[in-house]
Amino acid sequence: MSDALPTQAPTDPILQLEGVCTNIAQYHILQGVDLVVPRGALTMLLGRNGVGKTTTMRTIIGHWRAHQGRILFDGEDITKLPTPAIAQPGVGFVPEDMGIFSDLTVEENMVLAAASGPINSARLDWIFTAFPPLKTFWKSDAGTLSGGQKQMLSIARAMVEERRLYLIDEPTKGLAPAIISTMAKALKDLKDQGSSVLLVEQNFAVARALGDSANVMDDGRMIWSGQMAELGGDAALQERLMGLSMEAH
Amino acid sequence: MSAAPEHAPTMAQATLAERIAPHMPVLLVPLLALAGFVAIMNPASWLTLTVSGLAMGMMIFLMASGLTLVFGLMDVINFGHGAFVSVGAFIGITVLTELGHMTATPSLMLNLGAVLLAVLGAMVATELRGGAFEKVIVAPVYGHHLKQILVTMGGLIVVEQLIIVLWGPEEIYFNRPEALKGAITFAGAAIEKFRLVAVVVGLVVFGLMRWVLRRTKIGLIVRAGVENGEMVEALGYRLKLVFVGVFIAGSALAGLGGVMWALYQEVITAHMGNHDMILIFIVVIIGGLGSVEGCFFGALLVGLMQNYIAFIEPKAALISNIALMVTILMWRPMGMIPVVKAK
Repeated sequence: MSDALPTQAPTDPILQLEGVCTNIAQYHILQGVDLVVPRGALTMLLGRNGVGKTTTMRTIIGHWRAHQGRILFDGEDITKLPTPAIAQPGVGFVPEDMGIFSDLTVEENMVLAAASGPINSARLDWIFTAFPPLKTFWKSDAGTLSGGQKQMLSIARAMVEERRLYLIDEPTKGLAPAIISTMAKALKDLKDQGSSVLLVEQNFAVARALGDSANVMDDGRMIWSGQMAELGGDAALQERLMGLSMEAH
Repeated sequence: MSAAPEHAPTMAQATLAERIAPHMPVLLVPLLALAGFVAIMNPASWLTLTVSGLAMGMMIFLMASGLTLVFGLMDVINFGHGAFVSVGAFIGITVLTELGHMTATPSLMLNLGAVLLAVLGAMVATELRGGAFEKVIVAPVYGHHLKQILVTMGGLIVVEQLIIVLWGPEEIYFNRPEALKGAITFAGAAIEKFRLVAVVVGLVVFGLMRWVLRRTKIGLIVRAGVENGEMVEALGYRLKLVFVGVFIAGSALAGLGGVMWALYQEVITAHMGNHDMILIFIVVIIGGLGSVEGCFFGALLVGLMQNYIAFIEPKAALISNIALMVTILMWRPMGMIPVVKAK
């Protein structure tokens, strides 16, 4: 696309996708995705429903395999690595369906997420401050939590250890406004700590408030990359890229 | 943006039925024992049958527990599981026969030592075979149920024939170690000593499995993996390795179950494992695929049911367990303690 801004690519990316193609059964879902996630910033991945945002996330973590193209994590080619080998060096993944172990307690979910050892108590305090219900329901089965609480647990699991990159897929989907603001605050905390985050978000107000840079997908390709502020301030551009305008949100 | 309001949940008082529901699978065992007592009306016979049923249930649990985890973790239907039971029994009994000098004396310690060595031999053999079985037979057919059924069935036939090649086609009869022969009398009921041993072994293994699954990180990974393997991998754990470990441990338990079953029956045949697979599958299904607790209580129900009905109406014994399965599935279609799958 003519208005893509490849010149904005930073010099020190934590994650880079180059021409990534992913097929699911006979469907060509990703058709050459290029994406640069700068280190220490919050990068938005935007686009209408069904354009390949979740497939992009799942391809990065290795749940789907890229048939073409390259994925570089901190300079290392992870395209063909199995999921655990991608996650181990420090990728925290919050899937769209939250991936909660409902048979396990909240505590057990968190213990499992702290793959490298016991949970750091300072980090746990930070999580409890961000998501008080997790403290209340620490010993309860995760399956008994409400939708919003499950989402809190899903993000808390990713946050329980310091990761080099966080992949977070639609953390505010289907949540009540009060819970959305809790989520947004936690994500802002994460960003303020200098973490690198790739965030898929349908709620444009949240995206505009949090994002440093933004990437917009359509039909399995990246159609626009640039600063979030630029996209956030241009209603006509939003309308053209995503079929929405800020007034609608 | 403002934070979410302070969280102060209030809990509604659960009704009696709601409070009992989660414990129903546990309560069913004493309820069935009570029903048996009412139907048999003879305390001595009832006690004999109950211990016998519990012993049988424990042994079925040993054989079935590995199968339920293998299915729950990797969605693998392993019809070849029965082969581990047979191999365990043959290796175990061979070791026991070699240790004739230890089993012929009435010393309980020497006898139990011999049984322990037999069990260890059987478990090591089935463990090795389990590892090979996973690599050669199961690994190529992950995700294909029909192929799994065909190829594991084939594996079972090959192993059965290998047993015939090595040990011959005849049934092999043998005697239990001296100290485990005979019965003790308690409250007018004759209780075979070996059945008591089986009950103790079953309880110890169940306790150990529960401890591992509830209290260790490996256990957490296994339980989480049964529910959502993809997410466990996204947390950085190599589920495939864990699964191979579970497959091997499950095979070893089947081997242990095989030795116990052989000592219970005092005869072994190449087809014994295959024959037991029907009971094993019933137990795995009524327990809830992937649930160790469900498997345990399901096995006790099947063992008790089989013994009570065989006493009251022998002809009905065969169908009683099918009837039990149908009844439980009508009550809980996913089994007594269903495992929620995130797929």
